[in-house]
Amino acid sequence: MNRQSVQPSPVEQGSPDQQALLEVADLTVSFPTPQGISTVVADLGFTLEPGASLGIVGESGSGKSMTSLAIMGLLPPSATRTGSIKLSGTELTTLSESGMRQLRGNTMSMIFQDPLSSLNPYYTIGLQITEAYRAHHPHVSRRELRKIAVDALDRVHIPRARERIDHYPHQFSGGMRQRVMIAMALCTEPDLLIADEPTTALDVTVQAQILELIAELRAETGTGLIMITHDLAVVAQVADQVVVMQHGDCVEQGSAQAVFSAPQHPYTDALLEAVPRIDDDIEDLRQVQRPAGPSSNRTVPGGSVSTGKEPRV
Amino acid sequence: MARYIAGRIGAMILLLFLVCLFTYVIFFVLSPDPAVQICGKNCTPDRINQIRENLGLDQPFLTQFWTFLSGIFVGRTYGDGSIVCSAPCLGYSFQSSEPVWDMITARLPVSATVAVGAAVLWLLSGISAGLISALKQRTWWDRSAMVVALGGISIPNYVVALLLQYVLVVKLKLLPFPQPVKFTDSPGLWFENYLMPWLVLSFAYSSVYARLTRANVIDTMAENYVRTARAKGLANALVIRRHALRPALTPLATIFAMDFAGLLGGALITETVFGLNGVGKMAADSITKNDQPVIMAVTLLAAFLVIVGNIVVDLLYGLLDPRVRTASA
Repeated sequence: MNRQSVQPSPVEQGSPDQQALLEVADLTVSFPTPQGISTVVADLGFTLEPGASLGIVGESGSGKSMTSLAIMGLLPPSATRTGSIKLSGTELTTLSESGMRQLRGNTMSMIFQDPLSSLNPYYTIGLQITEAYRAHHPHVSRRELRKIAVDALDRVHIPRARERIDHYPHQFSGGMRQRVMIAMALCTEPDLLIADEPTTALDVTVQAQILELIAELRAETGTGLIMITHDLAVVAQVADQVVVMQHGDCVEQGSAQAVFSAPQHPYTDALLEAVPRIDDDIEDLRQVQRPAGPSSNRTVPGGSVSTGKEPRV
Repeated sequence: MARYIAGRIGAMILLLFLVCLFTYVIFFVLSPDPAVQICGKNCTPDRINQIRENLGLDQPFLTQFWTFLSGIFVGRTYGDGSIVCSAPCLGYSFQSSEPVWDMITARLPVSATVAVGAAVLWLLSGISAGLISALKQRTWWDRSAMVVALGGISIPNYVVALLLQYVLVVKLKLLPFPQPVKFTDSPGLWFENYLMPWLVLSFAYSSVYARLTRANVIDTMAENYVRTARAKGLANALVIRRHALRPALTPLATIFAMDFAGLLGGALITETVFGLNGVGKMAADSITKNDQPVIMAVTLLAAFLVIVGNIVVDLLYGLLDPRVRTASA
């Protein structure tokens, strides 16, 4: 999709046709807690070129999901977001809510972790798939919407699409539901797809199928991808670039190959070590070795402390 | 689905039979001596015997119960056969010299008017107040609405009724003192006549509905599928209406069916306070007069309505919630 930037930013980086799809700089997300301000993402920065893919890796509570919600502008109301997020040159942090709404589900879409709870049990998947399209194309007819829904299901290889669009989420298996979510997210042909642990709730064989599907659709549409996961195997399979996060900090980033073959940070090393191997000693499998990283206890400017222990709100 | 419906209706019939049995036992077997109670203070042994014979109390229990039960379907006679109570015969009031069924059907429209009007009011006010409270959590609106709702739940009905009557009728003279007026005679007067009972009942019920709506909407707004809807770029109003409100309100259907059915069977206190000649007031009057057949029939009617309301909402739930529909298909 060749979409012109709606609001060219005053400070262009590079020529307009070379513009990055997503530029995140100094992104900080924090929440007020009774113990003070808890920073869940600190000074994060990365750049994603159009059509490229980026993996954000880290354990639970490392700030991965908050990063994705910060980009989508869907953080809980109590959260504070500072820094800069530019989508094709449009600064999102200063964009109005209605401006954000025009981008959400249209220019950028998101797939969530648990497909069952992320689909509304009361509506057919046909309606839920085309909702985003309808929101951004108000004068589309019912018949066209049906066709769009059928095409979307066909694209994610759900058989009997014509019949299936009238079914409800509970009538699908876990893997099929995630396919529905993908169909839903890609229905408007977004430039950027954020997938937040899309395979965590699925069993291993289905996981592989879903990752293959995402790769296949990306090859077709040229959608940029941010894959958020704790699973290094997933990142290795889909991402060109990797950002490793720990306790809200980016501890390492670079090309996937460089990061995996020669990790620079002890935490990345530890994560790689933690991947269970068939020839590992059983005692090693029982516990993840975690070296005390430099940021496990960090004083945040503003006087409060992030303990790094699940600062979710 | 057909098997499911048949099963539910079978259960309903069994339940209604048991309700009949227990009410009959309570009113005609466990009560000290119904004939004496019906007869009152100035009673002669002859009169008591006559009443016993009239009510069939000299018969064995099973015969009595069978006569009562079959009377509902085919009618029966009392005494020497001169008093005819045609089906559906729920009993005969010797004090009013009238079959109880006729007494009920004459008063049911009044109770139904009270119930329908109040239901419309309380659904509108309760759900909208609860929704606004949920969306404006912890604001002054939310807090004051919930304080009012707590009042609606805890202040007894008759206190609200008397207070309202004092303020609106006596002090402000905004409304006339309630009088029975037919809708066809004067729609305006009819409306004024019913307005106070509607307000009193809906105040109590809407408080419950406001609290439930608030809690349910807060829950559904935190659901993952609401986040998905936002991620699609839907307008806020659509997110709330389609993705939060419908799942939040569906469970209210069950409670509504019970409440509404209960009210159809007579709003005892409200009808009595406002002198509305409905089923509720008839029940209250019958209790003071010890008119046992009437009390029993009203009890049966209320049980019947609640059971039927429950079944209806169970069947309706299939339409409201797709998960139920396809699970029972």
